[in-house]
Amino acid sequence: MIGLEHYLTVAAMLFVLSIVGIIINRKNLILLLMCIELMLLAVNTNFIAFSRFLGDETGQVFVFFILTVAAAEAAIGLAILVVLFRNRRSIAVQELNTLKG
Amino acid sequence: MFGAALGVILSRNPVHSVMFLVFTFFNAAILWLLAEAEFLAIVLVLVYVGAVMVLFLFVVMMLDVNIEAAKRGLTRYAPLGIGLALVMAVQLINVIWLRGLGEQSATGFVDTPEGYSNTKALGSVLYTEHVYAFEIAAVILLLAIIAAITLTMRKRPGLKVQNIAKQVAVRAKDRVRVVKMDAEKKQ
Repeated sequence: MIGLEHYLTVAAMLFVLSIVGIIINRKNLILLLMCIELMLLAVNTNFIAFSRFLGDETGQVFVFFILTVAAAEAAIGLAILVVLFRNRRSIAVQELNTLKG
Repeated sequence: MFGAALGVILSRNPVHSVMFLVFTFFNAAILWLLAEAEFLAIVLVLVYVGAVMVLFLFVVMMLDVNIEAAKRGLTRYAPLGIGLALVMAVQLINVIWLRGLGEQSATGFVDTPEGYSNTKALGSVLYTEHVYAFEIAAVILLLAIIAAITLTMRKRPGLKVQNIAKQVAVRAKDRVRVVKMDAEKKQ
């Protein structure tokens, strides 16, 4: 019988993998965005498992809004990435020092 | 699914990463289907695999990133990442399994009644209780459209384009000048 814990474990593993991806792919902005998508997927899986477990649709409504905001975020992020590449000819993170922070 | 996620974070070519991410999304959609969230599973496949991943693929192929330079120094942070991952995994497994939900979770999922429609239930909640949040989500999507277009639109100097309004608004007396002069005498 597949229960709540199995879903939570899968989501936790996915989340950990995406964190590893963020740490070891620190050079490439596109891969960072993809790892963020993976994290959102893990969180959404948690929401859906809890929604199913508690028999409440509010969790699925929440997943719906997360999907909406994530799509908007991906669109704007990729647009910024394109503009950045057009200006700098590179998207390596360590070269983004224009602000001199 | 974990293999696909590993492929996302480890593959050398960003295009392969995107393809592995698509595979991961398909697997997640199957998991959501098993959890009887049919509408969201279909939305995940349609919106994510169909739109967002295509956008990613488009940008990856358009930008033509130098892969070798991007991958240099990949292994430098790998020990840190794997160590952090192990710590986090142990903690999460501890929270989920050892001090978990106890007796309550042993029963498994509650069964849905006969004739239950996930899409119908979701819609009836979405359009009644959460209607303001739904409208805000619509505004956020509109904002994303406008932001993406204004960010990536550029005006190239020296480009010759038609100005339709100017062409329509022109009148004959602006273009043709009637010159009155005396006729020349024949020699």
